[in-house]
Amino acid sequence: MKYALTCIVCPLGCVIEVEIKNGEIISVANYKCPRGKEWAIEEILSPVRPFMSVVRVIGGIFPVVSVKSTGPVPKENMKDLTKLLSNVVLQAPVPAGTVVLHNPMGLKVDIVTTRDA
Amino acid sequence: MIYDVVVIGGGPAGLAAAIKAHEEGGKVLILEQAEYLGGILQQCIHPGFGIHYLGEDLTGPEFASLFIEKVRSLNIPYILSAHVMKIEIMLPLAKKIQLIAPKGTKDIETKAIVYTAGAREKHGFEIGITGDRVSGIYTAGEAQSLMDLYGVMPGKRVLIVGSGDVGLIMARRLSLEGARVVGVVELMPYPGGLARNLVILRDFNIPLYLSHRVLEVHGRGRVERVKMARVNSKGKTIPGTERWIECDTLLISAGLVPDVRVLESLGIRIDPSTGGPVVNEFLETTAPGVFVAGNSLVINDLVDYAVEQGERAGMQAVRYAKNGGLPSMNWIPVEKGGNVRCVIPHYINGENEVILYLRARKPVKDATLVTGKKMHKIPVVTPAEMLRVKIKKEDITRPFKVEVSP
Ligand SMILES: Cc1cc2nc3c(=O)[nH]c(=O)nc-3n(C[C@H](O)[C@H](O)[C@H](O)COP(=O)(O)OP(=O)(O)OC[C@H]3O[C@@H](n4cnc5c(N)ncnc54)[C@H](O)[C@@H]3O)c2cc1C
Ligand code: SF4
Repeated sequence: MKYALTCIVCPLGCVIEVEIKNGEIISVANYKCPRGKEWAIEEILSPVRPFMSVVRVIGGIFPVVSVKSTGPVPKENMKDLTKLLSNVVLQAPVPAGTVVLHNPMGLKVDIVTTRDA
Repeated sequence: MIYDVVVIGGGPAGLAAAIKAHEEGGKVLILEQAEYLGGILQQCIHPGFGIHYLGEDLTGPEFASLFIEKVRSLNIPYILSAHVMKIEIMLPLAKKIQLIAPKGTKDIETKAIVYTAGAREKHGFEIGITGDRVSGIYTAGEAQSLMDLYGVMPGKRVLIVGSGDVGLIMARRLSLEGARVVGVVELMPYPGGLARNLVILRDFNIPLYLSHRVLEVHGRGRVERVKMARVNSKGKTIPGTERWIECDTLLISAGLVPDVRVLESLGIRIDPSTGGPVVNEFLETTAPGVFVAGNSLVINDLVDYAVEQGERAGMQAVRYAKNGGLPSMNWIPVEKGGNVRCVIPHYINGENEVILYLRARKPVKDATLVTGKKMHKIPVVTPAEMLRVKIKKEDITRPFKVEVSP
């Protein structure tokens, strides 16, 4: 199986080709620098993404407050994390930077608020 | 009381302008029509803000709060829920701003104005979508505000018009929160967004319909289906390619236009290529003492540039107020050469270093950006990404032409 990935590490946007056999990478081609190669391998084996959502607040400035993960999370966990957060209800005041969930699903990140509520 | 500088619009550009004007010794007031400061950043809850300006990657609200806290700590006055209706120039150093606030209308006097009211979004009818008048049709910004300020989902099956970054970012938010994005429709033969946002389509298995246009909405009370068709290379619908897509929501992300409605009554010159005012290197419009920055000047993909423009406008507005005007110069027009769609500023004086912001018409690899007699090598130029270059005084020529060549 061959994948063609547009590298997003820098604006050059090399189209990197990664070949996989039995879940293992057998070749990486068309990258112009090592950072791109590293990114492509990670993107195939364990893609991670920045995570953001909103959480309900009672008595806040808005009915919800924005949150983010303190580090990228695996792509496959994003939807479950959103579901988990839909059950959380905060009570205002909640200053920005408050930890809403600590190490959810063992992902080794925290979910923190990004604006005052 | 007569202010030195009144800032209209409390988004990032306006806050940066107000802070700078205050630091330069001006008496400053901020007018904001929303109930909060920060502009659209409060609803842009994704990261990607401040990479150039701060060297740090923040979410929109986090980036905004740095400026809001600074405004508060410097005790710069601001009025919220203050919608500016009209500006009148009585004398070069006497400008009257008419606003509507919950308590009624009010006039405010100032010597200079920094106008940072942001942009407005294009609506469906502006891109030729016809059909039933039903609920379930939103602009991307309306949907973003519903979801990320008020926690309301706009719909369950969503078709998005426009593959620019705004449309893609909304595709991600909707998918994450459990909606099904049934497609992104793009008129052009290539996608509008940056590569890092195009990944979103792959992540959530969202089909991208390039060279397609949405024609018609059908529904009773609520959107039920939407008709789209292929277009040819001239953007004309190809007969026989029409088809219907089932969805309950249509999200229009057809681009932003500088919101200059309040400035129009001043009769300032507008540049059709940006939709914003014509400015000199001080970011002063053709109305002396009226400065403009951020998305009201030109659509900025990066908040960093909006802030940079705000700071410049704020500084120059104080100078205008303190000196009774800015000396008029022998302005050199910035001429647009090949493959340049728009460039800011429109006039420079050749006596200072200047920063140019420009956008190309077509994508180019291994491009050379020519500014006057200087050449800059740029690996990739795309219309999706605004270019920013600093030009040294000694590199300014008369005439001064800007060009992007392969
Ligand atoms: C969906 C989306 C995603 C983005 N993502 C990124 C990103 O990842 N990284 C990045 O760097 N940039 C991003 N940007 C761009 C960035 O947000 C903008 O460049 C920036 O917000 C522009 O700031 P501004 O101050 O010019 O306008 P705005 O933030 O729009 O502020 C304008 C303010 O003026 C007020 N106003 C308008 N009219 C009046 C009036 N008549 N009277 C009083 N007040 C008025 C408005 O209420 C508003 O508060 C994104 C933009 C959008 C739309
Ligand atoms: S491979 Fe290297 S040079 Fe190519 S886009 Fe990625 S980071 Fe840039």
